[in-house]
Amino acid sequence: MSVALEQVWDWLGEVPDPEIPVISLTDLGIIRDVAYAGTTLVITVTPTYSGCPATSVINLDIEKKLRDNGIEDLRLERQLSPPWTTDWIKPEARDALKAYGIAPPIDGTAADGVLAGRIARLGGENRSVECPRCGSNETEKISQFGSTPCKASYRCKDCLEPFDYFKCI
Amino acid sequence: MTPDAEALAKAAGGTGRAPLAADAPEMDLFTGLTRLGDNTLILGHRVSEWCGHSPVLEEDIALANMALDLIGQTQFWLGLAGEVEGQGRDADALAFRRDAWDFHNLLLVERPNGDFGQTLMRQFLFDAWHAPMLKALEGSSDARIAEIAVKAGKEVAYHIERSADLVIRLGDGTEESHARMQKALDRLWGFTGEMFIGDAVDARLAEAGIMPAPESLRAAWDETVNHVLAEATLTRPDGTFAHQGGKQGRHSEHMGHMLAPMQWLQRAYPDAKW
Repeated sequence: MSVALEQVWDWLGEVPDPEIPVISLTDLGIIRDVAYAGTTLVITVTPTYSGCPATSVINLDIEKKLRDNGIEDLRLERQLSPPWTTDWIKPEARDALKAYGIAPPIDGTAADGVLAGRIARLGGENRSVECPRCGSNETEKISQFGSTPCKASYRCKDCLEPFDYFKCI
Repeated sequence: MTPDAEALAKAAGGTGRAPLAADAPEMDLFTGLTRLGDNTLILGHRVSEWCGHSPVLEEDIALANMALDLIGQTQFWLGLAGEVEGQGRDADALAFRRDAWDFHNLLLVERPNGDFGQTLMRQFLFDAWHAPMLKALEGSSDARIAEIAVKAGKEVAYHIERSADLVIRLGDGTEESHARMQKALDRLWGFTGEMFIGDAVDARLAEAGIMPAPESLRAAWDETVNHVLAEATLTRPDGTFAHQGGKQGRHSEHMGHMLAPMQWLQRAYPDAKW
């Protein structure tokens, strides 16, 4: 007897992101589909960044979670298109990120037009990122890259704390 | 292929399918894909050589993250190249078991890192080409290429933002940093022309709407480079001489020296698993 898809989604919602454990894989929006192909449960996953080292750990975690719940016949598929965007991070997960000390992504970034927009902003318009610790908007970018590919390094000019910003993609 | 030859090929790890003919359309596609994947692989590896050696922690992290992006993109490009080739080679086999003459990357990306300024200048000159290249590939008639290009393009938007930013800050910085950036630009300039010189493979791929003609990317590159160099108070060199050959597998002496440490483990212990 096959397990209901809602149940599978619930289980996947309990799998934490390996690098940011306060949010789950479903919060992150990387599970694109859960469906049966015949008797095989097929989980479709999209990578966040092409080279994100967490990708293989995520696949292992998904498989382990489902096998632990008695699902033997399963397959993981990779889907590149449409590419993952931070817009898919759930609103409640944004609050969790902030509480964890990571500033959530601030602008909507659909797939189209991002590149043109970024090149046009060469030299760097400093968008205002709110400090997750003190709430100040007086912050500055240290580097486009932070502790993982998905984050940038920022510093708060009021409380002087450095922090990670989950950058938009 | 005779049954015996097929069995032998299978035993050797192949799929038993006949190798692609030199004039097969898939051969052009394979070459085009290895050109893309070898650029990201070789530059990604070069950039990763900085890991643990950068001038400040933030830059070390940024360089390592960019290397990750590039190597991740390599897995897509070379993975697809292996699929198109149909000989059972995956991205790892193509990355670790080919010799220098089978790599099709631009000579620019195999240039040694030099100092931090030279690494950044190489990155900027490449990014200014990479971004419009991916933009054009988003419209590829091959949907598999288009979807990789969309994915990679989003990452490369951050690469160019960073490399342009730093070229400006260092170029328009101290006397020392300015002099180093100008020297890096002068040294690397002769390796930029190759990005815009097409060959017969490029022409056929462009004809089929699969990849853009290299010449078509020149205007976008010039615009970005001129804008950033002006902001950086750097002087664009006059020279038009272009070193070339990388795309056809004729590499500089640096290539073998780079591949040796990159490939030794896979060659010493084939199919080793982590």
